[in-house]
Amino acid sequence: MTGLLQQPGYDEERLKRVSELLPCREVQAGMLLSLMGQPQQYCYPSVFIYGHRSSGKSHVTNILMEELELPHATVSCVECVSVALLFEQVLLSFFGCDAASLLPRSPSLSDFVRIYRQQSSQFPAEQTRYIIMEKPELLRDADANLLPALLRLQELVEDNVTVILLSEIVWETFRPNTGCFEPLLLHFPDYSKDELKQVLSKNKHPSYSAEFYSSYINILLGVFYSVCRDLRELRHLAALNFSKFCEPVEAGKAKVGDTHKLWKNIEPHLKKAMRTVYLREVSSLQWEQMQQMEEQETGAVRGLSAHTHVELPYYSKFLLIAAYLASYNPARTDKRFFVKHHGKIRKTNFLKKNEKTSNHLLGPKPFPLDRLLAIFYSVVDSRVAPTASIFSQISSLVTLQLLVQISHDDQLDAPKYKCAVTLDFISAISRTVNFDIVKYLYDFL
Amino acid sequence: MATSSVSKGCFVFKPSAKKKKKTLDLESYFTDGCEDARSSELRFELCQDLWDQIKTETEILQDELNRKVLDSLLEFTKKCSSIRHHSDWTSQMRASEIPTAALILGVNVTDHDMTFQSLSELLQTSVTPHVASVQAKECGALKHLMKKVLERLMDTVVAVGDDDDDEVEEETEQHHRSVHCSLTTLCDWYSKKTKKSSSGTPGKKRSSLVVNEQQEPPVVIVFKDLEAFNPRVLQDFILVCSRYVQRLPLMFIFGIATAPSTIQHMLPHSVSSLLCIELFQSLSCSQHLTTVIEKLILTHSFPFKLNGKVMQVLVGIFLYHDFSVKNFIKGLQLALLEHFYSQPLSVLCCRKEKALLNLKHLRHDDLERVRQLPSFRRFVEKQEIEEQEKLRTDDSHLKNVCQKLMKDLHKYHKCYYPILRCLHTLTSSLPRYPLGKQIRELHLICLEKNVWEAEEYQSAVNLLKMLAKDELISLLQKCAEILQPIRSTQMKSACVQLEELLSKFQQLDAPATDQSTASEENFTSPVKNLPKKTDLFQLQKTLLESRRSRKKSPFEALRNEALDFIDTLVKSHLSPPESQPLYEVCYYSSSAAVRRHLNAAPRTSIQAALSSPYHYLQNESLKSDDGTVSNSAPDICIAYKLHLECGRLINLYDWLEAYSTVISAAEGTDPDSDGFGKVDEVKHARFIRAVAELEFLGFIKSTKQKTDHVARLTWGGC
Repeated sequence: MTGLLQQPGYDEERLKRVSELLPCREVQAGMLLSLMGQPQQYCYPSVFIYGHRSSGKSHVTNILMEELELPHATVSCVECVSVALLFEQVLLSFFGCDAASLLPRSPSLSDFVRIYRQQSSQFPAEQTRYIIMEKPELLRDADANLLPALLRLQELVEDNVTVILLSEIVWETFRPNTGCFEPLLLHFPDYSKDELKQVLSKNKHPSYSAEFYSSYINILLGVFYSVCRDLRELRHLAALNFSKFCEPVEAGKAKVGDTHKLWKNIEPHLKKAMRTVYLREVSSLQWEQMQQMEEQETGAVRGLSAHTHVELPYYSKFLLIAAYLASYNPARTDKRFFVKHHGKIRKTNFLKKNEKTSNHLLGPKPFPLDRLLAIFYSVVDSRVAPTASIFSQISSLVTLQLLVQISHDDQLDAPKYKCAVTLDFISAISRTVNFDIVKYLYDFL
Repeated sequence: MATSSVSKGCFVFKPSAKKKKKTLDLESYFTDGCEDARSSELRFELCQDLWDQIKTETEILQDELNRKVLDSLLEFTKKCSSIRHHSDWTSQMRASEIPTAALILGVNVTDHDMTFQSLSELLQTSVTPHVASVQAKECGALKHLMKKVLERLMDTVVAVGDDDDDEVEEETEQHHRSVHCSLTTLCDWYSKKTKKSSSGTPGKKRSSLVVNEQQEPPVVIVFKDLEAFNPRVLQDFILVCSRYVQRLPLMFIFGIATAPSTIQHMLPHSVSSLLCIELFQSLSCSQHLTTVIEKLILTHSFPFKLNGKVMQVLVGIFLYHDFSVKNFIKGLQLALLEHFYSQPLSVLCCRKEKALLNLKHLRHDDLERVRQLPSFRRFVEKQEIEEQEKLRTDDSHLKNVCQKLMKDLHKYHKCYYPILRCLHTLTSSLPRYPLGKQIRELHLICLEKNVWEAEEYQSAVNLLKMLAKDELISLLQKCAEILQPIRSTQMKSACVQLEELLSKFQQLDAPATDQSTASEENFTSPVKNLPKKTDLFQLQKTLLESRRSRKKSPFEALRNEALDFIDTLVKSHLSPPESQPLYEVCYYSSSAAVRRHLNAAPRTSIQAALSSPYHYLQNESLKSDDGTVSNSAPDICIAYKLHLECGRLINLYDWLEAYSTVISAAEGTDPDSDGFGKVDEVKHARFIRAVAELEFLGFIKSTKQKTDHVARLTWGGC
């Protein structure tokens, strides 16, 4: 296996170490390495590597760069809130901080190219320089010329430089309207189950044997593989639950080889982990504490979504109810619900074609402020003066994200809102004020 | 202002120096225009003192209430920062998670500032000097968020380390110079900082001990209002931070107003898997209010009181509108200020000794005011004729009587609150809470009327009569505990009596056996001598009689005795304050003023101004009885009145016609002449101005549905 990575121009020892560090990614690493060629050779101007989350893209490139000691700059595009930051990081890692300080205050692409050329003529590249960009999808939102220019940076700066883009989405979504230089595409497939097992078994607990740990990984994958194939997540889960797995061994109840007994012990526990910690209902720290506690006490720690109860002032509750009604009832039906002597209007009589589908399936609809207030005044049981605090409650509901303002903040007259709470939430709220909301909803007529 | 310039343009006029407004200090604001200026200084002083007292008390209270949640939060931060230094296998595997505390604070966003203030102070003194708090409104984009975090973190350092001021300033300058701020800068700064502190410069002593103990204090970032943040920004920020978490011990605190599930709504799994979230729940705001009321209002040591209506308004604003304790205290402050500002006799609203002293210095016209007080007049009417005459004329006698009355008032308060508490402990656990769940509800009932006449009180007493022995004993014991520490002769004796009752209850246990057989006998006998054949009605009647005639068991007798005792206590001490002479001195009663100030209704007042301009302009010619607007009213009022008659869309030309007719009538033009109702240029202009003003006030807006129409934005007509 270790013989797979071979490329003239690099140290044999190092290549060997690299292939040890990259289990199950030898093919991809070998491909990348052969694309890169020998250190002093020019490489293809841009390489686009794509594959799912945690399929080893960054890991492979970083290991290659670091172990083979190639000149490179790793830039995360999330962090580059401005292009200046991107340019600065590249220049900094290739030419040191003197070059980076040459950049003007808000540099353009041509500033960058100019300084790069100037610097590279002083320090010409002996080896290929690599710019590795993580999350390049954010570059699409930057200046239109940035991505095409980066793809053929080699030509622009006349230097031995290669841009490697590491993305989770495919190249087709990147291609600008005007067309651009096509990078070489390299796909990283997902790890298979066996590969996952192999990779996970790598970081074994120091005090236990490798076989023991890999049998644990086997059990873990048996439970989690159907819901999660994310290596990072699996590694996290493995670390969290290992102590529970070892418990019978440490207590002397089971031997290391007694797989069946160990399996019986850990299986319900892992199932529980799937419901809680995997969904981040409880944090890993709390999960550890729960493991130390006795079984009956674990009920005390409740997950994030268990707390859904929100205390609201009395009128805020009614405002929210009114907003919900306004969002989910067609405006024409207001008369039927809120006018005392509306006469009998059958549902079937005024059904329009598009209203036959449930409004709850379509989601909330925007409504103007005065409709909200009209409904509010008819649902609230006492007379309410239209005071300033009623209006300020609407805006505080917006900041609490229970209502969403549709129109722009600047629009002062007739603002429009949407209600952003669920039916469960609103029924809980209306129960506290003895308001039967289902009676007022058109969908449940 | 005039310029010498011929050309048209904008000119800036700086205010000239001599025109500077003379700033008045608080006191002169208070004295200016308040009633009876002579005593105003004294009143201002009293008011200030009381307000300071309120302020310090609430601050202490806030600290106490938050202590629990803040302490657990502190422990969490400490634990998190210590775990980083462990090198065992599991914590290494977890090292890439950012520890995060989700602090649930409730929807009263205005109160959160105080909590965060004390939180960051606590963190800075005991865990780490590096704390930055950010608000959503200043972080519209990742760039701004990053900038704010960096600025705050590096600035806090300036405040902490005085010894190396120059260097830090240089650093911050450098930072300000470089436009792009990234976490790399922060990392460098942090490593420099920790290296420096670990080398242990002698001047570093004031940055607390803990920092020296731990080589790497965590960097805490507080997001004050998580809901308001742009999810995109937050996600990106967390992604960026997770790249640096190996080099920088970051920690987040999320302030959440609604429910923790917001985190799941805002952050996708890929981002929330980078966090290690733990929940912290702070005290609910209604509990907070209860403690505030307990400390500030239900105490005799605080002389200023609110009457039932004002209290109702303040509690109503809290429960119905904002849940904000801060606003409640602001309301209390307003009432306090208004009381001292408008009531000259409020000089007596202070501690007992001081009040008696101030009473001695009252002048003749003050005493006249005392005589005018309704409560005092009621008091006078109850006296003998001679005494009445004397009180009306003799100032020194009046002073003596007032002294006694003031003492009585203080005594009343001293007894009122403990008894209120006793009654509350007895009734708060009854089914369906006849006298309210919270003590403030009971207090409101007591303020309004004689509580023992209320129907709820009767039902509460009836329910109390059904209590089991051990329940009753434990409740009475609690009452005795309440009365114990009160230093008042009446309360002392009440307490002694209560103890006696309790000991009787205890004694009941011993000879219980033989007593019970006797009562049983008693109970069975009437059933025995029932006639053989009987109808249902007869049976019911006999049973009812038997219950009446039944001898009470000793427990029942004792229970009734105890309840009667409580009843007498309630009747003698829980009378409403209106029954006390001179109560006006301490009680603020203008609920309308409080409501007007705190719960303003701008729309109602605009509509009042437009429909009855006399209300504001006080011009006799505008006065009208039947709610109509006179012709001579301002243009906007006429336009408003006319627009009320229209539907949702208003034809501008018709409106103009109607307007000009009304105006012509006002000018006294002969209705039969040619010019009547004709639109001339001036009328046209006036009309357009009125329409523009209505549009500005938000009553109408232009519409695209019909070109010569405007749309009404309000509903309802005249």
